[in-house]
Amino acid sequence: MKIPVSYSFRNLWTRRLTTVFTASGMALVVFVFASILMLSEGLKKTLVETGSYDNVVVIRKSAGSEVQSGIERFPASLVETQPEIAMGPDGQRLVAKELVVLINLQKRGGSKPGQVVIRGITGNSLILRPQVRLIKGRLPRPGSSELMAGMSIAKRFQGAGFGETLRFSMRDWKIVGVFDAGNSGFTSEIWGDVDQLMQSFRRPVYSSILFQLRTSSEFAKVKARIENDPRLTLEAKRETKYYADQSEMMAKFLRILGMSLTVIFSFGAVIGAMITMYASVSNRTAEIGTLRALGFQRRNILYSFIIEAMLLGVTGGCTGLFFASFLQLFTISTLNFQTFSELAFSFTLTFEIVYKSILFSLIMGLVGGVLPAVRAARMNIVEALREG
Amino acid sequence: MESKKPLVILRDVCKTYQRGSQTIPVLQDINLEIPEGEFLALMGPSGSGKSTLLNLIAGIDKTDCGTITIGGVDITTLSETELAHWRGLHVGFIFQFYNLIPVLTAYENIELPLLLSALSKKERRQHVEMALQMVSLTDRSDHFPSQLSGGQQQRVAIARAVVTDPTILVADEPTGDLDRASAAEILDLMERLNTQLGKTVIMVTHDPRAAEKARVIRNLDKGYLNVHHQAAL
Amino acid sequence: MSIIKLLYRNTLRHKLRTFLTILGLTIAILAFGLLRTVVSAWYAGVEASSASRLITRNAISLVFTLPASYKEKIRQIEGVETVSWGNWFGGIYIDEKNFFANFAVDPKTYLKLYPEFILTPEEKLAFFRDRKGAVAGRKVAERFHWKIGDIITLRGTIFPGNWDFVLRGIYRGRYPATDETQFFFNWEYLNESMKKISPRRADQIGFYIEGLKDPDRAAEVAAAIDASFKNSIMETLTETEKAFQLGFVSMTEAIVIAIRLVSFVVIIIIMAVVANTMAMSARERTGEYAVFKTLGFGKWHIAGLIFGESFFITMTGCALGILTTFPAAKAFGDAMSAFLPIFHVSRQTIYLDVVAAVIVAVVAAIIPTYRSVNIRIAEGLRKIT
Repeated sequence: MKIPVSYSFRNLWTRRLTTVFTASGMALVVFVFASILMLSEGLKKTLVETGSYDNVVVIRKSAGSEVQSGIERFPASLVETQPEIAMGPDGQRLVAKELVVLINLQKRGGSKPGQVVIRGITGNSLILRPQVRLIKGRLPRPGSSELMAGMSIAKRFQGAGFGETLRFSMRDWKIVGVFDAGNSGFTSEIWGDVDQLMQSFRRPVYSSILFQLRTSSEFAKVKARIENDPRLTLEAKRETKYYADQSEMMAKFLRILGMSLTVIFSFGAVIGAMITMYASVSNRTAEIGTLRALGFQRRNILYSFIIEAMLLGVTGGCTGLFFASFLQLFTISTLNFQTFSELAFSFTLTFEIVYKSILFSLIMGLVGGVLPAVRAARMNIVEALREG
Repeated sequence: MESKKPLVILRDVCKTYQRGSQTIPVLQDINLEIPEGEFLALMGPSGSGKSTLLNLIAGIDKTDCGTITIGGVDITTLSETELAHWRGLHVGFIFQFYNLIPVLTAYENIELPLLLSALSKKERRQHVEMALQMVSLTDRSDHFPSQLSGGQQQRVAIARAVVTDPTILVADEPTGDLDRASAAEILDLMERLNTQLGKTVIMVTHDPRAAEKARVIRNLDKGYLNVHHQAAL
Repeated sequence: MSIIKLLYRNTLRHKLRTFLTILGLTIAILAFGLLRTVVSAWYAGVEASSASRLITRNAISLVFTLPASYKEKIRQIEGVETVSWGNWFGGIYIDEKNFFANFAVDPKTYLKLYPEFILTPEEKLAFFRDRKGAVAGRKVAERFHWKIGDIITLRGTIFPGNWDFVLRGIYRGRYPATDETQFFFNWEYLNESMKKISPRRADQIGFYIEGLKDPDRAAEVAAAIDASFKNSIMETLTETEKAFQLGFVSMTEAIVIAIRLVSFVVIIIIMAVVANTMAMSARERTGEYAVFKTLGFGKWHIAGLIFGESFFITMTGCALGILTTFPAAKAFGDAMSAFLPIFHVSRQTIYLDVVAAVIVAVVAAIIPTYRSVNIRIAEGLRKIT
């Protein structure tokens, strides 16, 4: 760099107010950009943690999700006999027939409703889901009207906290435990004994069957057998894929909305940068003439101004990223469009997002600064000196 | 008077300007030889083309006809890139309004032309300090232009002009913006650069006091260089 | 030489800068308008719903049904004029991407309760008569190029199998806010089929809709309905249609709040850009304003010039932004029609656009005006030369 970078930096510093205005605009854009990426990442993380690769979820064909699905006892028992199912430590088959329904609960601190997943489980369900840990109280006793609530639900819904009671289907259900399932969707569920729940909801059918593969590669075989059996109208997916599909719509919606917003905003920020840089160039016309007279080449001038614009961008980018990182303190809870159930996830900042944001801000600076830089470089020496 | 070898040779140089549809001739049939170590003043009324002539010699403007040879190099044949490179090595500029970079200190302003060379930081420091000494501003090397008086700024500009040890020094109204005392200081400095260091100085001015310092005065009128020389006293 | 001419010439001094500022404003107003339209599209269901219709459903959640036998008891509640019923079908048309709402309903009572769905008498009759008949809204019919008489097949998710329907009518919405993307068919067809396929699931209704004699008594009637089923096998939850829709929207409130926040951010960004431009212009012309003062122009004249220029730029950008909002909304609405069936720009949005632009104009002009107005003449004149 023939012309020192400190020259560009100092010029930005000299016209502080303008620099602050312009960089703030870019900071806001990067903030929005980063927060969208962080939201998508948070959503993805929630799903990746929900489900194990070697678990298989079986639901009724075309049902879309557990809530819409119904599996009668007979087909359920057929699934239970599949040879590819792994064996547990006590010699039992690691398969769980579960019920999944939604109930309306009121949020705490207001009367806004939310639809929460209630999952009827069996003893195997916990073995199949190692990411679930009991953090308070105990497991519900089989055959009782007891429930345990996911941490997210216990915190945010009335009656779902430890020791509290929920009333539905004409019965009182006591919350005897609270569990944490990390970032997975299970943290937004309430679990209870499947037989008790089926009885009280008067639903004599299961929603889904979950089992663990004894050998991961046998998935294709057991999937084919289940799906091709004419007695069963079922479909099987790996648990991880099942949950990823569940929020495809949400993720897509967030992506479309988010990206279109970012594009529009970045136009605004780039225009702001352009205006600032053009003014910068026109204020330093005499300087540019002097530098050229001293022997600096056109491209030296070009690079110097482009660097100035990119510095502007990076400043805005770092500021925006800094503020965006605070979003990690917040949790978003909303309705998942596909499953109609409550979904809670948080903003997650990854290294990839950091460098993408910085890169984005550099590009914004570049795009905003290139035309003014070209104008500076193309100036005629004599005219530039005269204007000064 | 022994005539030294001509350093700058202009042959049949002309320059015109376009103003809308009109073509205005600014310089016509310029033939000039400047020997090495000369101190030349170019004078004339406003619009006579003296600044234009200076710009052509300094290589910041292109002729429309004719050749300009400086130190054996015909600069009218150089490409823009080559010309810029040539300027950095061979020309020292002194402007009426100093044209210092406001965000750089005096030291850094003087160092600027050296950044185009391959000198190391240490070597650059030596040159800059020498130049500062020459203009007696060593104690103000870390001041910004806004912290210096007009005369001091022009001295920094002169230091910048000589730091690369250029072939020619061109000055466009160097005392135009200065009070009498500062102007005298600057002119003395320029005279010393010419007599003690043998620098070839070409100065455009309308100030008769400045012209007195020069050894040769040429007049321009309506784009023509007057035939007869006027030797200063 | 009028003041307008002077303003106009001033803005032309730096054509590129003025152009860029106006462009920035246009984009900001466009973004603001689109975002507001997204928010109102979110609430479209609420807008279209009525406070004189009630929705009764299973108190546990929408996932559970109510017995068909409840019909009679509801009909007898005082204040209830008409009772209709239906089930959310949730069928897929060819691909999940082609989402639209589809229900099984009782044809006669449903159309009676929804007079805003306009059909010709022939279409109505054909629908009532044909067990397998279905009616689709204009927008969804256009999207898939359906004509009356077409056979439309939906793949069931909640009710398994492939279901064929014959399109007997295409309805228009009476109001601009009316949803024209619905698809509904005869409940009897669903029920008869379920009796054969899965008898346990027959005679089950997803929701009841009640038309009221007196809309002011909505709360009373709703309470009466729920009271009559309290402590029975399936308890009910009855609320006005508006409340029902609001309930859904509030569940995705987080997203709506985020969008609202973002629309303010847009305005702030553009305010910064325009403020920057005005500050630069004013700074360059400090000397000129000093000259104006020497000529006898007062503070208010100077302020007027600066504010005038700010408004000139802002209003031009605003006008362009509003003009481009309409075609952009159309394109955006088409792309998002699966998520947001109703997408049109409201008059209120336009008013807010103008208000936002005015605020930007004022804020951008304040500091430069203050500075220029207060500069001493001599100081200002020095800045010219």
